[in-house]
Amino acid sequence: MLEIKNLMAKVEGKNILKGINLRVKPGEVHAIMGPNGSGKSTLASVLVGRSAYEITGGEVLFEGKDLLALKAEERARAGVFLAFQYPVEIPGVNCTYFLKMALNEIRKSRGLEPLDAVDFLALMKEKMKYLELSESLLSRAVNEGFSGGEKKRNEVFQMAILDPKLAILDETDSGLDIDALKVVAEGVNRLKRPDNAQIVITHYQRLLDYIVPDFVHVLYNGRIVKSGGKDLALELEERGYDWIISAVSEAAPN
Amino acid sequence: MTETLSNPVFRPIDPYVSAFERLFAAEQDRTPDWISKLRQNGFMHYQELGLPGPDHEEWRFTNISPLASRPTVPILVHTHPPLTMANLQPWLIPGLECNRLVFIDGHYSAQLSEIKSKAEGLKICSLARAMTIKTALVEPHLGRHAQATSQAFVALNTAFFQDGAFIWVPAGLALVEPVHLLFISTVPETGASIHPRNLILVQRDARLQVIETYAQLKEGENLTNTVTEIVAGPNARVEHCKYQCEGPQSYHLAAIQIHQEAHSETVSHSISLGGRLARNDIQSHFAGAGGNSLFNGLYLAGNDQLTDHHTVIDHAQPHCGSHEFYNGILHGRGRGVFNGKIFVRPGAQKTEAKQTNRNLVLSDEAVIDTKPQLEIFADDVKCTHGATVGQLDSEALFYLQSRGIGRDLARQMLMHAFAQEIIDRVGNEPLRDYLDARVQEQLAAIPLPVNS
Ligand SMILES: Nc1ncnc2c1ncn2[C@@H]1O[C@H](COP(=O)(O)OP(=O)(O)OP(=O)(O)O)[C@@H](O)[C@H]1O
Ligand SMILES: [Mg+2]
Repeated sequence: MLEIKNLMAKVEGKNILKGINLRVKPGEVHAIMGPNGSGKSTLASVLVGRSAYEITGGEVLFEGKDLLALKAEERARAGVFLAFQYPVEIPGVNCTYFLKMALNEIRKSRGLEPLDAVDFLALMKEKMKYLELSESLLSRAVNEGFSGGEKKRNEVFQMAILDPKLAILDETDSGLDIDALKVVAEGVNRLKRPDNAQIVITHYQRLLDYIVPDFVHVLYNGRIVKSGGKDLALELEERGYDWIISAVSEAAPN
Repeated sequence: MTETLSNPVFRPIDPYVSAFERLFAAEQDRTPDWISKLRQNGFMHYQELGLPGPDHEEWRFTNISPLASRPTVPILVHTHPPLTMANLQPWLIPGLECNRLVFIDGHYSAQLSEIKSKAEGLKICSLARAMTIKTALVEPHLGRHAQATSQAFVALNTAFFQDGAFIWVPAGLALVEPVHLLFISTVPETGASIHPRNLILVQRDARLQVIETYAQLKEGENLTNTVTEIVAGPNARVEHCKYQCEGPQSYHLAAIQIHQEAHSETVSHSISLGGRLARNDIQSHFAGAGGNSLFNGLYLAGNDQLTDHHTVIDHAQPHCGSHEFYNGILHGRGRGVFNGKIFVRPGAQKTEAKQTNRNLVLSDEAVIDTKPQLEIFADDVKCTHGATVGQLDSEALFYLQSRGIGRDLARQMLMHAFAQEIIDRVGNEPLRDYLDARVQEQLAAIPLPVNS
């Protein structure tokens, strides 16, 4: 589904991604961990087409097509979704209206009829229930004045409505209380199907108790320096990153 | 007339002089004295003031020289073939039960007008008619509020106005149906000028909603120079909405002068969508304590267009509140001007005045000149003002795009949200929906910047 080959990117003259390789197949859940500033959000941003980042090498194929050649909206329509680490507030743009526009733009690109108000409302009601999101929140402007936890929940709610093939969750667990974490994780798990995939960026094993990954990768200094099964996350929880970092530094001293 | 000049005007040949002489001669026998005097005074002030040049304090950013050099023919006699309701369709507000007065090139059309509301003492009619049959109601107010002595275009209007609306809401009456004043220019000839005049008198404890629409039947160059005087009696409430949508070649000058008695509440909406030059002078004067006023405006200007709002709120009495919100969208080579004056007179304690002007400047060539002017002579007051000039939020644009919304649509959504901040304050729902739809049409027509 997703194939990242030797991807390099820089921002404001600074190399951030220094050769990322990653393959994600349908039905898989990948976790990406790594210290602050290692490039996790940058990788996510590059995948969804944020223009501040300059691609300096490598390629990304999504379902065999050159993902990097597409505009941000085209990637979304192709089925790539990012739940942002820091969702922006958009004053004046109503949440429900926004989501309906988004869904119908995606449907249009696939040759589907737009959902009418009634059908859309029914869809919203269904997804709202299992993310325990209140109607009053969705009648407000997008993320405006939302609490940290509400913003994260709203990201996953959007994911539920838009039903992407590849969902990237960037620290969706941070800022959530324990109960909310459970609700959101269950929401994410419900969306899991054999024909879609998830990349979960997190610092904490806690989330991975609920969203169980097939693979865990450690991103450090712009590269994936270690990959393993779900046990790797447990090991990281116990031992931190130092042992991996020192191993990397020995192998390739800067 | 010219001999009465105290200062020479800056233009040697003024076409208005001969036009005025003609009007005056024609009217002489059939016009009551007080009207002749009013006109004469108006014209005298106009000649004293002259048309404002670029060195005029209030016109520094709004150059009217293209206007000053064009021929000017006040439409004194109405000659256009009658219009039908079908002609008015674009400017009728769906779902709005209202009284409607229609003016074609500044002249009242009884045939297209419709007065539904009936109540003891209520008067809704053309000003020309009111001046002859309701002199006692009109004379004490007409020309007493708008400032012909300092505003040249008000003076010009006073000299030349033919008609407009007269509304008298008697004490205690809350008029349910709004009054819609529809001013249609047929663009009769190049250089035509139309000078509508409205007088709106809302007595103690009464309520009124009034809408003024200024539109053109077809695109073309013409001048509308309109004046509206509004008096809100003690504890009265008046919501006034001016919607200006004449074409891109039109010149539009408007003065709205509001006089507020104690504990009155007034609202002024100004939605200004087009014109080569559109200037709005909106002023409110608190003549009694405890009044409130809301000024709310949205303006758009694109290539070779200029939209100007000059507001004055005169806190002459204590315990009054005023709120101003103006949003502007400037694109292409469009220019916007906002000047907001707030006076707080000595003794006007407990004044609360808030002014906000926000501007979206969508191209490198678009310009906004915004200036707050607070003059405060009382110490126990709360006055704030703020102006912003910015572009569309690129983070918000990206967020929308990342959810599948194309860049063009994303831009439309953000512009619309910005405009809606203003539109949402319009209290009447059918009117709000109508304005919202018209604004969206305009926004959709804004050319996108290249490379987006
Ligand atoms: N727009 C930008 N301008 C300048 N520097 C940037 C920009 N975006 C990212 N960086 C830098 O790139 C590096 C990687 O940032 P990134 O956000 O990808 O880290 P991260 O792994 O997601 O960290 P965290 O765990 O703290 O979220 C950091 O040093 C960051 O400061
Ligand atoms: Mg991050």
